[in-house]
Amino acid sequence: MTADEIRRATIRISHEIVEKQAGTAGLVLVGIQRRGVPLAHRIADAIAEHEGVRLPVGALDITFYRDDLSLIAQQPLVKGTDLPFDLNGATIVLVDDVLYTGRTIRAAMDALVDFGRPQAIRLAVLIDRGHRELPIRADHVGKNVPTSREEIVRVHLAEIDGEDGVDIERLVPSLAEPVAG
Amino acid sequence: MSLVAPDGTGIDLPAVAPSPGGSGTQLRWSHRHLLDLDVVTWPEIELVMRTTDAMREVLARPIAKVPALRGTGVTILFYEASTRTRVSFEVAAKNLSADVVNIAAASSSVAKGESLVDTIRTVEALGADMIVMRHGTSGAPYLAAEHFGGSILNGGDGWHAHPSQALLDLYTIREHLPGGPDLHGRKVVILGDVLHSRVARSNVWSLTAAGADLWLCGPATLLRGFDRWAAAMGAAPGHGRFTVTADLDAALRDADVVMALRIQRERMSGGLLPSLREYAARFGLTLERLGAARPDVLIMHPGPMNEGVEIAPEVAIDPRSVITDQVTNGVAVRMALLYLLAGAAGHHRETSGG
Repeated sequence: MTADEIRRATIRISHEIVEKQAGTAGLVLVGIQRRGVPLAHRIADAIAEHEGVRLPVGALDITFYRDDLSLIAQQPLVKGTDLPFDLNGATIVLVDDVLYTGRTIRAAMDALVDFGRPQAIRLAVLIDRGHRELPIRADHVGKNVPTSREEIVRVHLAEIDGEDGVDIERLVPSLAEPVAG
Repeated sequence: MSLVAPDGTGIDLPAVAPSPGGSGTQLRWSHRHLLDLDVVTWPEIELVMRTTDAMREVLARPIAKVPALRGTGVTILFYEASTRTRVSFEVAAKNLSADVVNIAAASSSVAKGESLVDTIRTVEALGADMIVMRHGTSGAPYLAAEHFGGSILNGGDGWHAHPSQALLDLYTIREHLPGGPDLHGRKVVILGDVLHSRVARSNVWSLTAAGADLWLCGPATLLRGFDRWAAAMGAAPGHGRFTVTADLDAALRDADVVMALRIQRERMSGGLLPSLREYAARFGLTLERLGAARPDVLIMHPGPMNEGVEIAPEVAIDPRSVITDQVTNGVAVRMALLYLLAGAAGHHRETSGG
């Protein structure tokens, strides 16, 4: 996926989010650390451009809600949660870069309900690579990318990595799945 | 950056691979136990500080509880009286959804003569993954660590070490120090009963690692042996020297931080101090004496305080005092430590095939 394709997908998702809600009332965007956060800001920018409304954007760290903390050797680095709005009654659009097993989204939903009772939680992802292990699907998808489990999908975003792009890499035999599910 | 294989073994990419957007340094915690800070490196201390920031955010939530340690058994085993350390470890463990068991030695089989090692084995057999331990004998947690398959957190042993206190002191200083959290060259004075103080000893490791200009001050009888340690510290990698003096005026002059230590009456044997009244007159921290320090000096005390002895009541409640912040930060720092140690302990159980 090129930088242009990422840009177009982000803009399309921003239109879909507003269309599904029939407006922007009650909408908030919550990016999952790390690459969901800049994506959520980009979607908010696009919505501000075509709707004239700036949606609140939050950041969610799901580390403490992972179901594999007891399995991994080193605790993952916590990057922090910042939800500067009331979640009660809001329609939350979770934003992440890659949807894979669904475990990250399960953890994110657990985390969100600890902050309040949202009216609805929706999911927007840049890449859906399949291989779900939980009954979770995305409402808005930038691109469906069929992959095998032996592959790694690497999303690069300018805000974090200096440039935009999505690569699919074949795993070296000794390396396996990335932390982000 | 690290990857995790399906079987749970972590694979670390070579440190030369720059982590995108990160600082490029490999931040990881590798200690199974936390017994003292002498073996903890500065990057590891910074990892504790960063993790504590995240725990502070958790504590600010409407429901200050996350499931990170669900299913982890934490036993709090205290052989000495304590309020803030015991309660803050308990609150910290509960905030992380651990299963907490409290044992006060006075009301347990210890009173029937059970040995420390037997108690540790029993606690392990009852399902403890981590033990937070306080003991009156220096080194007791090291013995416990030899006989326990999980993690030991030292909640204070004799005169020797109190690592979680030193880390919460450091976190509080970095949070409140006027001019920013960098301690390099900033003058930190630890004042009082240094001899009996595990708080002072652990703080020596963390504050010298932070680059502070550390001064230990008190009556000469309560500083015995520290000058030899100070001289040896210059050679310790990652640490700097510190100053040991009985000259209170020299110690307080232009100090950025002054930490008063409790006079440990229960450990005071004959001849160390003429009287509490004389100690208060010669070394008590008063507003007048603080006049020699920087005007924005931070005032600290690990508690519990003997007000009117090592610290005047009006100093303890002065606007520059961060004593209650120390207590508040204690919960967040201990959450960070439990969280980081739980990872290292899980690693241990796996590599030992358990």
